[in-house]
Amino acid sequence: MNVATSNMTAARRASLADRTEQLKRMLEIRIVEERIQQLYSEGEVRGSTHLCNGQEAVAVGVARSTRVSDKVTCTYRGHGHALALGVTPEEVIGEICGRTLGCAGGLGGSMHLMGPAVGLLPTFAIVGAGLPVACGVALAARVRRSDDVAIAIFGDGAANIGAFHESLNFASIRALPIVFICENNLYGEYSRINTTTPVADIATRAAGYGMPGIIVDGQDLDAVAAATAEAVARARSRKGPSLLEMKTYRYSGHSRSDPAAYRPTGELDAWLQRDPIALFAERLVNERAILPGDLERLRESMREAVEDAVANVLAAPIPSQDAMLSHIAATAVF
Amino acid sequence: MRMRQAVLQALDDALADDESVILLGEDIAEAGGAFKCTEGLLAKYGPDRVIDTPISEMGFLGAAVGAAVCGLRPVVEMMFVEFTGVALDQLTTQAATMRYLSRGQFQVPMVMRASAGAGQGFGCQHSQMLDHWFRGTPGLKVCAPSGSRTAYGLLRAAIDDPDPVVILEPRILYGEREEVDFDRNFRLPLGAAEVVRRGADITLVTVGAMVPVAIEAAKLTSVDVEIIDLLSLWPWDAAAVAGSVARTRRLTTLEEAPRGVGWGGDVVATIMSEAFASFAAPPHRITLPDAPVPYSGGLEARYLPSPAYVANQIDVLVTQGRTPSPWWKETI
Repeated sequence: MNVATSNMTAARRASLADRTEQLKRMLEIRIVEERIQQLYSEGEVRGSTHLCNGQEAVAVGVARSTRVSDKVTCTYRGHGHALALGVTPEEVIGEICGRTLGCAGGLGGSMHLMGPAVGLLPTFAIVGAGLPVACGVALAARVRRSDDVAIAIFGDGAANIGAFHESLNFASIRALPIVFICENNLYGEYSRINTTTPVADIATRAAGYGMPGIIVDGQDLDAVAAATAEAVARARSRKGPSLLEMKTYRYSGHSRSDPAAYRPTGELDAWLQRDPIALFAERLVNERAILPGDLERLRESMREAVEDAVANVLAAPIPSQDAMLSHIAATAVF
Repeated sequence: MRMRQAVLQALDDALADDESVILLGEDIAEAGGAFKCTEGLLAKYGPDRVIDTPISEMGFLGAAVGAAVCGLRPVVEMMFVEFTGVALDQLTTQAATMRYLSRGQFQVPMVMRASAGAGQGFGCQHSQMLDHWFRGTPGLKVCAPSGSRTAYGLLRAAIDDPDPVVILEPRILYGEREEVDFDRNFRLPLGAAEVVRRGADITLVTVGAMVPVAIEAAKLTSVDVEIIDLLSLWPWDAAAVAGSVARTRRLTTLEEAPRGVGWGGDVVATIMSEAFASFAAPPHRITLPDAPVPYSGGLEARYLPSPAYVANQIDVLVTQGRTPSPWWKETI
């Protein structure tokens, strides 16, 4: 990543102090996800993609309440988090289209976005893999006497993997500066949570590790940001880890090939009634931060910006053969 | 019949033939499997035998070990072979040593099926074969089908086998069709290779998704290539390879594996050692580079051996009589 891009991602993160920017970022995420679905059908995206539309408030709320020196581990459903943390639409779409403009130069793909300048490690494509790594990030902050914190973002499915247990236990006994953020979107792949998990609230598991477990309305950006800010403050002041459970919903299926036909009738509609973008826009209107008509205007301007990014991506080359054979080890292998 | 249908047929027949067979895996029951290899089996055999699991690979792979010790024949689906990483202990350390440690009083007749391999843009954490995680583990067998017929025959044999077997199903072949003619008694013996093309000039040993690549490559060269589909990577059929090399006097492997971990190292060393006098030319290996699988389409196409690349390697080796460099050295 060059310096200009790195500065841009950090500036994008800083801009989230502004409430209208928070709304715009959620719109950006929604539009990028919709566009990626389209790019997939146009043959520009290979493999699989895991969209996060519906979960935008979690991404932006967490990004708003953390700083660029904090480090984030995140799942393969990570497009929204990358954008929220500051990675540009061009870098995100570029990566998903396998072009040189991508944040990993097109070598990683949809499941492996990253943003070192804003603390995002390459996203993890193995369920639960990011949790132990986040513990190590927190351990490093402790050793270096820094007050940075680790943010581990994972899904409800990961709460049933061994790494969840080991990480929460380890973090708690060492009082590590880490915030475990579970995005409970009710589905692990194609299975509804009630068929895989004996408790409805993942947060209740925190008790077994002696840490706070907080249930958060994941569709409410301010609720997400407030809960994150509190847990981050606790971690920074060396009071230990927390488990936050963001109640949210993915509007799409698990991956591009999944039409999500397993969802009960009416479930999606009910969640659409509490769309995070609509909820936040309404709040901004009430706060007189924006006018009632502004949402559509903002949506249109974000759409244009995303289209510009798509055009740049599609005009960019695919990576060179050398790229595939470099960065394997510190010393060149080839 | 597509390969995924052959897998489904094998599971269906095994469930029908032997009530000790059960299936375990993520989204295999209600959803019919991420690659539709278990579609309809829940309705036919019920939730006690076709079992959806949480995303808990260590849990369900280990449960298969315990169920197998107690006489069931569990077949576990690992959606992507990389997911075995968090569960490897249960297979390579526990399942593989149960017979040995119990001095034969316990056995583990389980199968782990995993989709594996590159070529579809799933990125470096969902595109490896990883046979080297399992191959060479005493007590464990490893095999990989190359199409619908072999998928059926190997899976049925693996389910019958009294020991733990890993089947790496090349994901890129699930949708491939093959005319097949077998009945429910068809089995491919584990550990036995097949000659899929007779030839006089060189023995090409390969497995899995590289078998169709080898067959295409043979059409692009004037060299008369004998192609051996190993089918089993552990144990593997050294006698079949040695017998072929005794006639062709040349050997190349074609491996979907980084050079450093590829099974061909063992094949070449073993055959050289056992049949040194057979060779008219140094043995050769066609492999992947020692690099992760790239996402971008053009790069992944370069990363995997293509028929044209394989044909060229064979031409240089046999016609020009010298050892070709791999593409990443570009000195051909």
